[in-house]
Amino acid sequence: MHRLDPRVKISLTFLYIIFVFVASNYQGIAVIALLLSAVIMSSGIPFSQYLKSLKAILFIVAFTSVLNLFYGSGKVVWQFKFMTITEGGISNAVFVAIRIVSLILFSSALTFTTSPTQLTDAMERLMKPLKLFHVKVHEIAMMMTIALRFIPTLLEETDKIMNAQKARGADLESGGITQRIKSLIPILIPLFISSFRRASDLAMAMECRCYHGGEGRTKMKRLRITGLDIWAVAFSACLCCCVIIFKVRFPAALR
Amino acid sequence: MGYIEAKNVVFSYEGHENEKGAEVLHGVSLDIEKGEFVALLGHNGSGKSTLAKHFNAMLLPEGGKVYVDGLDTMDDSLKTEIRQRAGLVLQNPDNQLVAGIVEEDVAFGPENLGVPPDEIRRRVDDALKAVEMYDYRLSAPYKLSGGQKQRIAIAGIIAMHPDCIILDEPTAMLDPMGREEVLRTIHKLNRENGITIVLITHYMDEAVGADRVVVMDSGKILLQGTPREVFSQVELLKRHKLDVPQATELIYELKNEGFDLPDGVLDIDGCVAALEPLLGKG
Repeated sequence: MHRLDPRVKISLTFLYIIFVFVASNYQGIAVIALLLSAVIMSSGIPFSQYLKSLKAILFIVAFTSVLNLFYGSGKVVWQFKFMTITEGGISNAVFVAIRIVSLILFSSALTFTTSPTQLTDAMERLMKPLKLFHVKVHEIAMMMTIALRFIPTLLEETDKIMNAQKARGADLESGGITQRIKSLIPILIPLFISSFRRASDLAMAMECRCYHGGEGRTKMKRLRITGLDIWAVAFSACLCCCVIIFKVRFPAALR
Repeated sequence: MGYIEAKNVVFSYEGHENEKGAEVLHGVSLDIEKGEFVALLGHNGSGKSTLAKHFNAMLLPEGGKVYVDGLDTMDDSLKTEIRQRAGLVLQNPDNQLVAGIVEEDVAFGPENLGVPPDEIRRRVDDALKAVEMYDYRLSAPYKLSGGQKQRIAIAGIIAMHPDCIILDEPTAMLDPMGREEVLRTIHKLNRENGITIVLITHYMDEAVGADRVVVMDSGKILLQGTPREVFSQVELLKRHKLDVPQATELIYELKNEGFDLPDGVLDIDGCVAALEPLLGKG
């Protein structure tokens, strides 16, 4: 997985995500699950890492599943006043949960095995055709690189400012929502000001290093499509065809 | 003719609403030879940083001329060439790193210059080895210490193969360890790679190792010469509220008290050597 070309990885992840939604029955989703396990196994990332990324969206999964429980038709399983749970509802709930989980797992597999710079680099190349429509592809990629680079720096800074304000007696933890939002103002203002200062420093540093936009720039790392990439594409294409065939042959699970 | 040549440079920052701002440089002339290590001293507002930014065409003189390797900084078409020859390292190491991975940040300069990929790879490796950060090439900059980040910033400049590096208070935001690392690196680059160094600082102790010390005060050059010549003028420096290295100051004060001590002591070793016979006697 690490050796795959990032462009191929991004495109395949997009394809998988689309097919998670194309698959509308259990046979189809089984193929997706097979694909997913192949991806996870070959990524060489411990499974606990994936579980961690799922933890963050557990609430959303639970929430949408529970909502879906009550929307469905078919045999009534349980009824209480106006709430009814049907067989179709249960099936919907399970299905939606599987969809969201596999969505997250596919994208985690992408981010776990690709560095942020590789990602932005691959995006820049994939979006190149958009240049015809005067989209500033290089500038967008540059912005993404810089944004990713400064996220940890700004987080650290936020932490520092928060501590500094706490030391001056700022109360950030108590009160209602409006109170808490108000107490964020003395953190956000210094953060904004320092970000602007950073931006002007960075602009100067970039100019010092002869930055003049995307024209005539070269890249240290060249991207190459290898046999491995071709195999990955072929394998994915086969499985996606299966999903489409199953979709036509078997009834949809969502009712 | 020097490698960098400033002739009667006059500069003022823009004031508010068409008003002319205060003049920061009043006709400064300075020649810097190839391979020289020059320390530019002065306290805040003396114009030393402003002068440094003229050396790679970040700022353009209002009056007078600046030439880098014979190239006029006023000529807009030469800007890239000038900046490739004379790199500028800024004070805050955090704000001058562009990419999220060390080696890709170092590659940023050569990438802008359009160097072919294999050549960039070689330059990046060499630059990282030169600042002794090769083992960290795949780290994220925010995980490194200030001194390490500043060395990465220096490597980013070296990878462009400059003849001259201008460092604008590179150690001001670092701890003593980081300062030590950065100073060692720039001395090494000057000695082994023959890179011209212009070090701007307000730590007098950092200037001691330079070939030439230039002292600036209120937009003018006050004094220049070898560290020994400059720091022997303790009274003149004090009158302009500038410090001398601690060792020099100690010897100066002791001499004023009537002790018989040599002139031109600059560092701790020299100070010890000067004081030893005196203490041995007592």
